[in-house]
Amino acid sequence: MRIAIVDESPARAAVIEEGLREAGLSDILIFGERAGVAARIEEFAPDVILIDLANPRRDELEEALAVSRALARPVAMFVDQSDDIAMEAAIDAGVSAYVVDGFAKARIKPVLELAIRRFNAFARLKAELDEAKNALAERKAVDAAKALLMKKRGINEPDAYAQLRKAAMDSGRRIAEVADALLTAEKLMGGL
Amino acid sequence: MSMTLPVRVGFLPLVDAALPILARELGFAEEEGLALDLVRDMSWATVQDRLLYGHSDAAHMVAPLAIAATLGLGRPAVPLSVPFVLGLNGNAITLRPELAAEVTNVGGPGDISVIGHRFSTLAKARATQGDKLRLGVVHRYSSHNYMLRYWLIATGTDPNIDVEIATIAPPFAADALESGEVDGICVGAPWNSVAVERGVGVVVATTSQIWRRGVEKVLAVKTERLATERERFDPLLRALYKAGIAFIDPEQLDKVSSILARTDYLDGSGEAIRRVVQDRVLFAKGYEPVHIPDFMFQHREAANFPWVSQAAWLYAQMAKAGHVNANAADYAAAQNVFRPDVYRAALGPLGATLPGASSKLEGGITEPTGVGSIQGRLILSADSFFDGQAFDPEDFEQTSK
Repeated sequence: MRIAIVDESPARAAVIEEGLREAGLSDILIFGERAGVAARIEEFAPDVILIDLANPRRDELEEALAVSRALARPVAMFVDQSDDIAMEAAIDAGVSAYVVDGFAKARIKPVLELAIRRFNAFARLKAELDEAKNALAERKAVDAAKALLMKKRGINEPDAYAQLRKAAMDSGRRIAEVADALLTAEKLMGGL
Repeated sequence: MSMTLPVRVGFLPLVDAALPILARELGFAEEEGLALDLVRDMSWATVQDRLLYGHSDAAHMVAPLAIAATLGLGRPAVPLSVPFVLGLNGNAITLRPELAAEVTNVGGPGDISVIGHRFSTLAKARATQGDKLRLGVVHRYSSHNYMLRYWLIATGTDPNIDVEIATIAPPFAADALESGEVDGICVGAPWNSVAVERGVGVVVATTSQIWRRGVEKVLAVKTERLATERERFDPLLRALYKAGIAFIDPEQLDKVSSILARTDYLDGSGEAIRRVVQDRVLFAKGYEPVHIPDFMFQHREAANFPWVSQAAWLYAQMAKAGHVNANAADYAAAQNVFRPDVYRAALGPLGATLPGASSKLEGGITEPTGVGSIQGRLILSADSFFDGQAFDPEDFEQTSK
């Protein structure tokens, strides 16, 4: 089975490819660059094309597939048309697939299920990464706000932190939000 | 107070997604007992998939795509219904500035028949040199594609031979003009403005100049769900109808354009959006916007009524483009997609004007004409095509030619 992965995110494409390879599928090509993608896919002549639902280029790809003479009428599908739960899982995961007409539908099912799991795994990884990045940014803001209070009020670090915490509790906000507000105010007031 | 029904509507960030957005933001959905949730996507393919597989209950959709889905073009066939038209026109044809300078008086509207013939001469010369002009449309099955083709054919260009027509996602249309990947685009608001303001394109025609009452976006629903869940869809139609009234109300212009411009909706320039809502079109950078009557026609004259003859016209264009092999069964199936019966039943209680007929001679009206209605008074003004032709839905011969 020959599989094309169309994805502008190299990281996600790699995660999906790895999963497919682990499942013993090795005839895979990733199409990251948009330029001439339709012609290159035609040349590769895949049985299955995987593309993420949020890709703004899906309409362009579908047009290219519709006019392609080399590929036999690829049809968009989500697993088994009669399998509503699987289709919903595919949409939830954000994956769509085009299957070349005449290709055995039974053979595509495991591939799509795998792609769904990999899309989900990638989404989880990304969420975790975003969370880690946010946590880091928040810590930096809190540190900067503490330093500012220490300098302006001539207090020590535990006191500066205690003041931030109290302000947060009083206003029902998180410490990082209060720190952010303080830094924004400082910036606006030009250090007055 | 009865129970609130959830309803999800998919949309693309375009000015003509206004009615679903306003139905939510101005409280009309809530008034009708609906909890309206909107899902924004980046391609029609994804809007369509969400609808087909139940991730959304209804969708803002390019009208021909509802017919294509029903006929099973590019997807397993799923019958869709259109009980409400979300708007007419609002698109324009924009060419690369040097090309535009050869066919039009840059900066304002011109005679699109003359412009089309000039374009044809250029296109044929380029085709002879083996370097065809490339034109981008937003989707294979879009009104943009069919209006562009209509204009080209009527002015001497064979869209299948003399030029190349490709699909280009609207957010990348200005880039594609700039890089020379395409020589022209036919896209909706606000994307022509984006190209013009960047100085990479000049508007040469609006689709309202091609057909004064061209059907554009529709509300599409799965037919099987429409049949069994009228308690969800009838109130949705009423909320959309009220949103249409708000959209054309000059008093609400500021509010409407600022809602549409929000990051969670169009995430675009409030000024550019405000301009098109007022039917003002910026033809070229550095010029004043020009008022084009009926550039976007979202509500007046029963514009939201799904005329069966509009579906017929679209199918005829799909046949001319070679997208379908015209046959009487599919012609009937395409026309059945548009559902004036549902419109009448849902909007009757609101006192909306309800046309008596479900089909009409498209492009047959040249001056304000009173037409039969079963509720309210309806006067339709000119709905002409620029070439003076009319489309008779009864004439299948004309369709299959």
